[in-house]
Amino acid sequence: MSLKQTADIEKVSFGFWVYLMTDLVLFATLFATFAVLRNNTFGGPGGHELFKLPYVLTETLLLLTSSYTSGLMLLSAHRGKKQAVLFWLGVTFLLGAAFVGMELSEFHHLAVEGNSWRRSGFLSAFFTLVGTHGLHITVGLLWMAVLGFQLAKKGLVHSTIKRLTLLSLFWHFLDIVWIFIFTIVYLKGTL
Amino acid sequence: MRAKNKRLLTGLVAVGIVALAVVLLRGHTFAVLAPRGTIAAQQRGLMIAASVLMLVVVIPVFALTFGIAWRYRASNEKAKYTPEWDHNIVAETIWWAIPMVLITFLSIITWQSSHRLDPFRPIASTVKPLKIQVVALQWKWLFLYPDQGIASVNYVQFPKDRPVDFEITSDAPMNSFWIPQLGGQIYAMSGMSTHLNLMASQTGMYQGSSANLSGDGFSGMKFKAEATTNDNFANWVSGVKQGTTQLSNFEYDKLARPSKDVQPMYYASKDSDIYDRVLAKYMDPSDLKMEMQHE
Amino acid sequence: MNNLAANWLLGRLTLGDFKHDLIQMGGVLAMVFGVLAVIAGMTYFKKWRWLWDNWLTSLDPKKIGIMYIAVAFVMLLRGIGDATLLRTQQALSSGTNHGILPSDQFQQIFSAHGTIMIFFVAMGLMFGLINLVVPLMIGARDVAFPFLNSVSFWLFAAGMVLVNLSLIVGQFAATGWLAYPPLSELAYSPGVGVDYWIWALQIAGIGSLLSGVNFFVTIIKMRAPGMNLMRMPIFIWSVLGSMSLVMFAFPILTATLTMLALDRTLGMHFFTSVGGGDPMMYINLIWAWGHPEVYILVLPAFGIYSEVVATYSRKRLFGYTSMVWALASIVALSFLVWLHHFFTMGAGANVNAFFGIMTAVIAIPTGVKVFNWLFTMFRGRITFATPMLWFLGFIVTFTIGGAAGVLMSIPAIDFQVHNSLFLVAHFHTMIVGGVVFGYFAGFTYWFPKIFGFRLNERLGTYAFRCWLIGFTLAFTPLYILGLMGATRRLDHYDASLGWQGLFVVAGIGVLIILMGIGFQILQMGYSIWKRHETIDTTGDPWDGRTLEWSVPSPAPSYNFAVIPEVTDRDAWWAIKQAKPIAPPTYEDIELPKNTPFGMYIAAGAFAVGFGFVWHIWWLAAAGLLGALTMIIIRSTDDDTEVTITAEQVAADQAAYAKRRQT
Repeated sequence: MSLKQTADIEKVSFGFWVYLMTDLVLFATLFATFAVLRNNTFGGPGGHELFKLPYVLTETLLLLTSSYTSGLMLLSAHRGKKQAVLFWLGVTFLLGAAFVGMELSEFHHLAVEGNSWRRSGFLSAFFTLVGTHGLHITVGLLWMAVLGFQLAKKGLVHSTIKRLTLLSLFWHFLDIVWIFIFTIVYLKGTL
Repeated sequence: MRAKNKRLLTGLVAVGIVALAVVLLRGHTFAVLAPRGTIAAQQRGLMIAASVLMLVVVIPVFALTFGIAWRYRASNEKAKYTPEWDHNIVAETIWWAIPMVLITFLSIITWQSSHRLDPFRPIASTVKPLKIQVVALQWKWLFLYPDQGIASVNYVQFPKDRPVDFEITSDAPMNSFWIPQLGGQIYAMSGMSTHLNLMASQTGMYQGSSANLSGDGFSGMKFKAEATTNDNFANWVSGVKQGTTQLSNFEYDKLARPSKDVQPMYYASKDSDIYDRVLAKYMDPSDLKMEMQHE
Repeated sequence: MNNLAANWLLGRLTLGDFKHDLIQMGGVLAMVFGVLAVIAGMTYFKKWRWLWDNWLTSLDPKKIGIMYIAVAFVMLLRGIGDATLLRTQQALSSGTNHGILPSDQFQQIFSAHGTIMIFFVAMGLMFGLINLVVPLMIGARDVAFPFLNSVSFWLFAAGMVLVNLSLIVGQFAATGWLAYPPLSELAYSPGVGVDYWIWALQIAGIGSLLSGVNFFVTIIKMRAPGMNLMRMPIFIWSVLGSMSLVMFAFPILTATLTMLALDRTLGMHFFTSVGGGDPMMYINLIWAWGHPEVYILVLPAFGIYSEVVATYSRKRLFGYTSMVWALASIVALSFLVWLHHFFTMGAGANVNAFFGIMTAVIAIPTGVKVFNWLFTMFRGRITFATPMLWFLGFIVTFTIGGAAGVLMSIPAIDFQVHNSLFLVAHFHTMIVGGVVFGYFAGFTYWFPKIFGFRLNERLGTYAFRCWLIGFTLAFTPLYILGLMGATRRLDHYDASLGWQGLFVVAGIGVLIILMGIGFQILQMGYSIWKRHETIDTTGDPWDGRTLEWSVPSPAPSYNFAVIPEVTDRDAWWAIKQAKPIAPPTYEDIELPKNTPFGMYIAAGAFAVGFGFVWHIWWLAAAGLLGALTMIIIRSTDDDTEVTITAEQVAADQAAYAKRRQT
């Protein structure tokens, strides 16, 4: 890698860290909102009546595993193994997609049982916080798909390695946010 | 010659400004600076004290600005010029320290006055406070007298030298309840009660208004607050009681519909639970249950 | 069936939404004709190609900066037009006279005035100047992420179009510039006004957030060799402070606006008064963004004053280290004061007192800055060029406004002036006297660097005088009116109160400010016309101190033929004092290629906004899909740079050297 490319990667990853920090502020705002509204059930059900911990635990495991596989993806990239990168990228994608699927199914169940985001301040905050995370995951999936094609076409070159690094950062970040959601929303909600 | 003209012009402008100010300001009430109640009087005192404290900074800054700008203008070759001189520990310490001292004073004032003049804090008095409930509506103020059993719109009366405990809520967008000459001001918010404790020290008719934008009829959302003697107040209450209009919950719901520039209205009697009903309308049912158990 | 199709196609948009009364129609016509005139002019002079190639698709931060400033000036005209209408209404509408505007329109106008002035004038001028100056001042050829910068600008432009579109189609929010719920909720504001407000701010706000990240990284990562943190010019420090605030504050705005939008479009209950919502939470959140926002705007202005004062006093800035610490403490404190915007909510004496004290504490570092500026002038050689006049005007207005601010930091006093015209006068003193004056100073100061000639001084002085006098006349009466008990946002008041005379004076003040803007337009036109008289051949017209003055005016697209080596805080001053060095060797320079994708992405965002405002869901979906597609296409394009050869650079430099000698 040339000097210029190293400097470029360094600059871009620093920029991405900064962006992640702003995203963290966004999530912090939603967390704060959730904390304020968590008891505003307005006669509707609260967390302990709605959340099924085993289900959410499965979601969590999916996401944690995907974080691990995204790490393996990056390792393979540094070793220059394109096929392995594509494989781990695929696995990460599938795990992420399964997570989104489970989340959507949970949302669907809540909504058809009359406990949609319209029901109460608590549920508005719940759907928005968890949904915003889910939206981020979806964007990550889209990113993976595009990057998969780019990788297949261009191979492991400067631009694709750079994006793999950023993607993996993004994915770990979303994992950490999810840990907070799991703890604050689900665990504290059901206990 | 030109310099003289300039000076003349400056003088004329100055005189003009003073004259204009006199014409514009003469005979009008500076509500905030002309308190007729104990709270407003203390607030004015605070304002003056803080202003004086501020002048300690403002005047030297002005003097320094113009003094330095004039003295070190480029055309003044006699003035000292030290292009590399860029710091001085003593000087900088001084102007970190002076504002700090001032702000420390101010902080003490802030801390004490915030507690002393907390709107929720009952006013110390030998007389039992008069309780008045206030509901901000679209776009008028409803006053409920729980002990007297009467109600009024856009007009409120109370005796002077007797503390008044306004208990305030809203059945409308957020408003702010303000009677400048008696002291201000607190938000009227739906689903919760705020308190504003005031006491008039002189009889008179005072302006009251909403200070927070609440929609189309906001500008007309003003009321008269009249401080009278105990006797006059008693007379007024019994006068209102002889009227025929009643504020039932049904009537209230009609009243609560949006209307603009509403003239004062009086109700000889009222349903006793109006205020609580308005509060409950916006409260979480579970909180409400808890509150009822509490009582 | 027909109706259903129309609903699907146009959402809640109907022909009736184009209907306006006389005054609104005037605004609409002025706007439509303005746009048509520009289009006709461009076509007549065959400038479309030029506009597209040199400006709209440019990734050069200097060009993007100019576009920001151009938009901001046009919006200033809109904002001041709104202000004129407001004061006219208030000057007339006493007693039986109800003025020229119905309440609802009056409320839309003041909401638009505030929104436009903050988001599209002050923010526009700020990002404009930052774009123009920051890379030049730190010895960089570009910003960290040039394409992102273009996206930011176009998002800003898209937000601007959306705000102005509300005048033509539908209506604007009538809720004040911060749209407090529950007033801004569907229950009380069912129309499209608040939605316009939400989406214009959301789109422009995301642009600002991206810009914040961009310039933060630029300053951290792209400084010339030798420029360590304590050698950064104060303007760069102030921008760094401001951008850090953007990074922390704007995500809060994004989240808050999203929640309000969710309330209004999906029936959620974040801020509704029923259903378990909490309107007071909105007020907390919006000020958790809003108060830092004030410092986001004013810090770069402080930075400009620092540069201006040092240059025109021909002296090093006094107390640099103090300045940096003062700045840092302002940045930190600005997140601890938001509650002072609503002491009247009744949070209790302890909470109020804490936030009141924190607010007053901010006066300490601010006061330190003022004294450092004054002592930069002390024992200097001061030239009173227009930027210096703006600075002096600032010191006067800002000191008064600051004192008023400290008064209001005491909750018990605030209870008596909160939401009164006293408050309105206070924050205009801070934002006009502090922010706007600063940006005008900066614009005049850096104008020759960007355009290659200076602005006319005499007309600049006239503009300054009109602004200062107009400003005093417009806002002194408001301080007095506030003390008389006049609340803000009144479209009518009783004649017996005796407020009318003061409102008339305030109105005259606005007219004089208008004259000042007239002089600024005149100054621009005259300076362009007579540009050969004030041409800047040296690149250093003010005998400046920082790196931007080391390059030719107008600055070349690559800024620096050779990246400078920094040895001193006043880098260029030090180079000037040193002996001339051997002629440099030039290298190839890589710059980003022009691209219209920033504009395309913003167009997508605009479609999303417009779709959400009018519930035209297919349009919102198409906009989102379009924007995503554009991002993906752009991300697969690896051919984004263009090389300027060493020979070309050498030829440029030779031509420049020749120009200097003549």
